[in-house]
Amino acid sequence: MSTPTVKVFVPSDTTARSLGADAVAAAIAAEARKRGTPVDIVRNGSRGLYWLEPLVEVDVAGVRHAYGPVGTADVGGLFAANFLAGGKHALALGPTEKIEYLARQTRLTFARVGVIDPLSLDDYRAHGGFRGLTNALKMTGEQIVAAVTDSGLRGRGGAAFPTGIKWKTVLGAPSDQKYVVCNADEGDSGTFADRMIMESDPYVLIEGMTIAGLAVGATRGFVYIRCEYPQAIATMRAAIERATAAGFLGERIQGGDRGFRLEVREAAGAYICGEETSLLESLEGKRGMVRYRPPLPAIKGLFGKPTALNNVLSFASVPIVLDKGAEFYKNYGVGRSRGTVTIQLAGNVKRGGLIEVPFGPPLREILYDFGGGTASGRPIRAVQAGGPLGAYVHPSQFDIAFDYEQFAAAGAMVGHGGLVVFDDTVDMGEQARFAMEFCAVESCGKCTPCRIGAVRGVEVIDRIRSGVNETANLVLLKELCETMVVGSLCALGGMAPFPVLSVLKHFPEDLRSSTVSNDSVAVERRA
Amino acid sequence: MTADSQRDADIRRLAEARATEPGALLPILHAIQDELGFVPESAVGIVAEVLNLSRAEIHGVVTFYHFFRTQPTGKHTLYLCRAEACQSMGARALEAHARKRLGVDFHGTTADGRFTLEPVYCLGNCACSPAVMVDETVYGRVTPERFDEIVS
Repeated sequence: MSTPTVKVFVPSDTTARSLGADAVAAAIAAEARKRGTPVDIVRNGSRGLYWLEPLVEVDVAGVRHAYGPVGTADVGGLFAANFLAGGKHALALGPTEKIEYLARQTRLTFARVGVIDPLSLDDYRAHGGFRGLTNALKMTGEQIVAAVTDSGLRGRGGAAFPTGIKWKTVLGAPSDQKYVVCNADEGDSGTFADRMIMESDPYVLIEGMTIAGLAVGATRGFVYIRCEYPQAIATMRAAIERATAAGFLGERIQGGDRGFRLEVREAAGAYICGEETSLLESLEGKRGMVRYRPPLPAIKGLFGKPTALNNVLSFASVPIVLDKGAEFYKNYGVGRSRGTVTIQLAGNVKRGGLIEVPFGPPLREILYDFGGGTASGRPIRAVQAGGPLGAYVHPSQFDIAFDYEQFAAAGAMVGHGGLVVFDDTVDMGEQARFAMEFCAVESCGKCTPCRIGAVRGVEVIDRIRSGVNETANLVLLKELCETMVVGSLCALGGMAPFPVLSVLKHFPEDLRSSTVSNDSVAVERRA
Repeated sequence: MTADSQRDADIRRLAEARATEPGALLPILHAIQDELGFVPESAVGIVAEVLNLSRAEIHGVVTFYHFFRTQPTGKHTLYLCRAEACQSMGARALEAHARKRLGVDFHGTTADGRFTLEPVYCLGNCACSPAVMVDETVYGRVTPERFDEIVS
């Protein structure tokens, strides 16, 4: 008589590993050997319940039970408590899917993330993978574009431009060669959704980009991934190799007459290359200098050819649209924000992680019901929404709903879905200064308002904070912000003033009364 | 062959192997830095020749991107995140601790040659801040004590 080997899942994503998941996996393997209990350790991706990582799951009669956060010291006790059969233990969380944080979510784009072995094509297919591509192969480019347009999907990178309309432009641009480019230069602090897709479900990105290629008539694609994500780069490269070998990519997709080649390109640490025209320059082997628009990348993009350029999450949301239909996707959400939003809850928060829900919940629900308030236990003072170029949201605004238009009306932005929580020990004057400092470090230097304005912004803020001509310098700061907003060529210089202006509006006391901290670093510039 | 001429031959080999790829320059510079640890001055002329570009164009690209280094570094590179999520969890204090503990400023290499300290703006580990990365290994929830363990 033989009992089947128990499957134990130990996440392998960057965050889980940053908290010791590899050592936990090794400890479980060693303990199992010691006890003569065979286990099958699967390195899945992360469910995104990051405060519980390393989150170990055990398959008990087809239902996954969770334990976490597990340290190596807990492993012996887990075996003693018979966790392989779902035994009781202080770290036991019950069936994973019933954990409230996860049960309250609607995982469409992230349906497989944390569930499957990221590189297993069998797992991917067993969980609905490649169904969208199979459907797309039977459709014309126009039909695919229509489906994506009807789904209401808008660019998840931050600009929220309708994906279908962008693709339609590429489809209608005659050319001997077209490209599909994925912007995986996820540089916003507080965001990690792109990384999670690439590390935990890489085939969904490959499938989405391939569908884009079929839609617009492109035969070649690039994934431009930031070099700060070595694991995402390695996983994507391995996935592309396997998908090509299995006939899902290459000259003849699934044996048919259409082809799509895909490769990873590694970025080199310039935040500005997340701006689409700068990214294209970088892919072409140049300095990441922003281009004037028009022409749009959809008309003249990579190497001057029509290019469908989208964020990771936009591409990763396409397979489910093609699998289940535009109506299915469109039925989620509110107003003109259709489908789901992937919120990344980060910073000083008790329960940080990935939250995919239909557009519409109030910010407060995300911060308190999901997040549980701050990690420090102190009151929330401010939340930066949408990355380093996003406004600091004041607690009086926490009732705004997660919806592109409602956020915009409140002077904030959904952006790429990142939320960075700060408690009441934060010095908002310091945060305003940092916004300008970051812009100065990362400016490509092409336009004056951004290149010079950001440096002057740091100087003016320092003067205000040291009490030099405060009133006059506050006027100057507002004027400088206005100049940058209206005069900059791209979103970096054009939006870096937003966090500063939000501090001026909601936290003016921090900007006026404080002294400059001694450890603040001088603005550094690269030659 | 001297060490320098061997190195230049390596650079040429790495560049020529990728020269026909579209937009080959970044992949070439990555390959050089992966193999040599930095992009030496001599690479500018060699890569320019292989790609039929001007030295100015190569120099411009090498110096534009924060990731490319033109000087040798320590045995390990320690990237310390300075971005907002980490700031909310004490990254400014961690930064001060790191400078003091390692005895260097950003871009500096410790006296024993073990670590080069580099700033980084986000490692995507923002739900478990503050974060540092040593070479390609990321660490989360890094307290000053944990930092000392990582570098010791």
